[in-house]
Amino acid sequence: MADPFSLLADLLVFTLLGLDGATNLGAALHFFVEDTVKIFVLLALIVFVIGLFRSMMSPERVRKMIGGKRRLVAYPAAVGLGAVTPFCSCSSIPLFIGFLEAGIPLGVTMSFLIASPMINEIAVIILASSIGLQFAVIYVVTGLAVGLIGGLLIDSMKLERYVEDYVWNIRMGKTATPEHPEKLSERMAYAWGEVKSIIKRLWLYVFIGIGIGAVLHGYVPQEFFTEHAGADNPLAVPLAVLMGIPLYGSATSVIPVAEALLSKGVPVGTVLALMMSIAALSLPEMIMLKQVIKPKLIAIFVSILATAFIIVGYGFNFLFS
Amino acid sequence: MKDIKVLGGCCGNCDTVMKLFESRATALGVDISLQKISDMPTILGFGVMSTPGVVIDGKVVHAGGIPAPAKIDAWLKG
Repeated sequence: MADPFSLLADLLVFTLLGLDGATNLGAALHFFVEDTVKIFVLLALIVFVIGLFRSMMSPERVRKMIGGKRRLVAYPAAVGLGAVTPFCSCSSIPLFIGFLEAGIPLGVTMSFLIASPMINEIAVIILASSIGLQFAVIYVVTGLAVGLIGGLLIDSMKLERYVEDYVWNIRMGKTATPEHPEKLSERMAYAWGEVKSIIKRLWLYVFIGIGIGAVLHGYVPQEFFTEHAGADNPLAVPLAVLMGIPLYGSATSVIPVAEALLSKGVPVGTVLALMMSIAALSLPEMIMLKQVIKPKLIAIFVSILATAFIIVGYGFNFLFS
Repeated sequence: MKDIKVLGGCCGNCDTVMKLFESRATALGVDISLQKISDMPTILGFGVMSTPGVVIDGKVVHAGGIPAPAKIDAWLKG
């Protein structure tokens, strides 16, 4: 592999430190250096470029684009926009209330909330460059499908009564339009601000992800995974999903872990199930959602997603075996 | 006395905005009452979906991001 990040890691770890790539420490450190440089460089670059054009993607704009549309249009629009808008979990609640207040159906709102944390352009580009384009495409397409189906299921079950009553009483009136810089110099300052704030928010999670990935890559023998997480262990997929629920990480920070697992021969479906579960289902997100929906709907939401991820896991393990 | 409310949930940006207002108001010698609102229904009641938002004397003047110090000065003087 001749990518510059790998070469840089070769230079630092093998040439400068004189470590051997066949040793545990050498392999782990090489993984750590390569992924740290790669992820942070790509993250900064992508966030900066998106920041330049970001003004199109405010929650208010999304709400206006989806509001009042027929379901046939609203669902694909919701998952599609969810995929291109990297809102942090802090924005979930204003989005949720704002969508319902605009008359957007609960199912469509949920579709958006499922797709948004799971898929974003940052994760997709880093995924494509670390693991490969094919895996990135599979991840996106499956994520969109899960968002769509999850929302439709919630819609068909008529769960509106499990939304907290006060939510229905909120009247927003005229929405404030966020101001966005027009001049190029202002746009660049804004984009740079975005880079700083996103890295400030994510760096710890990304480092934890890379650290776990490096340890798995360097120290855990391949046999461990083939024995415990191989395709012939039917419990591996549900366990991966269950493990992902309490774990909280952004889609970006999970990538190094996924990369290490795949290189150790853990099947694609199992890795996908774990990634999606970590990105889309998390305790902090549920605590946040508890402000606006009743526990029963949270339980249904989690069950639908967990089931979907398990199906995704088995499906891809079957397809790729 | 200007009544200033900073609207925002949990991203940490709101505290930055609060501090900006405090320091600019001190620098300009403007008397303000500063309040942080993190109650979602109230925030959305102002029509704000992107936080941090800024409300001055009951009117939304800003939403979605940290306002530039020059803007804060203009609001404080206005």
